Amino acid sequence: MYRYSEFDTAFLAERNAQFRAQVERRIDGSLTEDEFKPLRLMNGLYLQLHAYMLRVAIPYGTLNSAQMRQLALLAEKWDKGYGHFTTRQNIQYNWPKLNDVPDMLDALAEVGMHAIQTSGNTIRNVTADHFAGAAADEVADPRPYAELLRQWSTDHPEFQFMPRKFKIAITGSENDRAVIKAHDIGLQLVERDGVLGARVIVGGGLGRTPMIGKELSEFVAFDDLLAYLEATVSVWNQIGRRDNKYKARIKITVHEHGIDAIRAKVNERFLKVRPQFKGADMNLLEEIKGHFAPPAYRQASVASFESAYTNDPVFRSWVDTNIAPHKNADHAIVTISIKKHGATPGDATAEQMRVMAGLAEEFAYDELRISHEQNVILPHVHKSDLPAIHAKLKEHELATANIGLISDIIACPGMDYCALATARSIPVAQEIATRFENLKLEHDIGHLKIKISGCINACGHHHVGHIGILGLDRAGVENYQITLGGDATETAAIGDRTGPGFAYDEIVPAVERIVDTYLNQRASAEETFLETYRRVGMAPFKDALYPEARANAA
Amino acid sequence: MARAFTPKVVTANDLLVGDVIYQTEDDSWTRELSQAELITDEAHAQVRLLDAARQASKVVGAYLADAVAGKNGPEPTHFREDFRRTGPSNYAHGKQETSPQPRA
Repeated sequence: MYRYSEFDTAFLAERNAQFRAQVERRIDGSLTEDEFKPLRLMNGLYLQLHAYMLRVAIPYGTLNSAQMRQLALLAEKWDKGYGHFTTRQNIQYNWPKLNDVPDMLDALAEVGMHAIQTSGNTIRNVTADHFAGAAADEVADPRPYAELLRQWSTDHPEFQFMPRKFKIAITGSENDRAVIKAHDIGLQLVERDGVLGARVIVGGGLGRTPMIGKELSEFVAFDDLLAYLEATVSVWNQIGRRDNKYKARIKITVHEHGIDAIRAKVNERFLKVRPQFKGADMNLLEEIKGHFAPPAYRQASVASFESAYTNDPVFRSWVDTNIAPHKNADHAIVTISIKKHGATPGDATAEQMRVMAGLAEEFAYDELRISHEQNVILPHVHKSDLPAIHAKLKEHELATANIGLISDIIACPGMDYCALATARSIPVAQEIATRFENLKLEHDIGHLKIKISGCINACGHHHVGHIGILGLDRAGVENYQITLGGDATETAAIGDRTGPGFAYDEIVPAVERIVDTYLNQRASAEETFLETYRRVGMAPFKDALYPEARANAA
Repeated sequence: MARAFTPKVVTANDLLVGDVIYQTEDDSWTRELSQAELITDEAHAQVRLLDAARQASKVVGAYLADAVAGKNGPEPTHFREDFRRTGPSNYAHGKQETSPQPRA
């Protein structure tokens, strides 16, 4: 875990004091809303549909128990007793009052957290593989580099007024759990001839013009990476379009100029920028790495785990879905589902946050992660502790065994909270989860990712869902478009639209027809939804969704 | 030809709390859409919007929202305004906590 230096602490205290004064000046009338809005957004404060919303960064998704407890405190003291974990490893509070926000920010600073650059046209929270540092398949822990990027991008003078927002994701594994191909820049750590560096992907993004990122460089050594990234952002900052908000993201710049032209410009800029980096960043990285040293893994027998696995079917089912392999064979990675059937995806109560903090402290070397899939992870757990963890989770409605299954749905807040939304997404997610729970089909269906957004900005990543759902306003009525075959991993793909959308009360039955079609079409129980879709294509799903079109054609 | 004017209410968010508020005939603000002033004249609507915009130390983002006359005062014509007057659908938070207002 990164520990703040005196510099970090002083910087944050000063920034919070500035914002406190800005809030006071807004309330006493010295600042107009037009003047205040950019200031509040820089500090993560939005005004949404029913209230303000404070978005707090959880850098690269990593937390310790004290931080999680502080998030619980904020939820209880200044909000309605819960928080919403987002698809960008942030937490959002949906009901803060303007007067209270400076106190909330001071409380966050006590545990080394902030809301800086969680909005605005800046480099946003750098996200990372939520299994970082624990995954059996990684080359190196990406978080030290992510922390370096956080420090580099925070208040970077060149990057405060960019054409649009800028999102960076980083992974240390070939298996992409960080959706790096749907970010402005995606980094995959790779080793070449004993030198650690990164493959750099650029120009990915979802939103109104979804694009899969392209390879800008197959390898940039760590020594050069920060200069290379600065050159990349700098090129876009200069030639990115400011005339049209919808064409301002780097994906459009890459699309319009072509990846080869962008690469040439970046290389040219890199030669100018590189001499400014004299190694201080590498010294800092070395220091940061010390903060992320792996825990001293406990050695003990795993017999109690094996016995529970054999004898307790509920525990076994949970282990089979929610546990991932750890690089230490006696340890495991636990994903805690905060998507109980029928609950709001990503929401956790203050009590649940404290329970998870307690488990992290007692069993998981004091570490927690938040995934972009809106779940909470205990990254390092000795297998013998799994039965005790499972028992505790069960008491607090946190033991749902559904990771990677149809009810493990990503959903943005949609029109229940968001001022930009064109339709609701939360109730659609709730009803799909409840429906398939009632049918008891979830485990038979297997690996299936549903992702729901309540507008084209695609916070719910619908384009890369195996089944993607997009809520729109069609002539004053909620209407939901479906895409199939999207993929958020290293084999990233944008889903294909099935055809006309469905009304609010038709969307869950439509999903059911899609799933039925998959179950009928799959070659075997082992063939996943995505594999079946790739094999049989859109036609059988279309037939099931639009029987009248088929009848008319006949 | 210009589109015919449809009735409106002036709505905004409260500066301190952030919740949805509506302008009333006597120039105060209410949390209840049913108590809002329903404006049927276009020129008057512009004047009332300017009145709201002048109260920058009380309200944020005032705009004219479509509404129709109902049995108990103005009612929304679009689902977005229906959500704004009620609150989210996943919890009984927002206006549902204090004033149960079943959706039309």
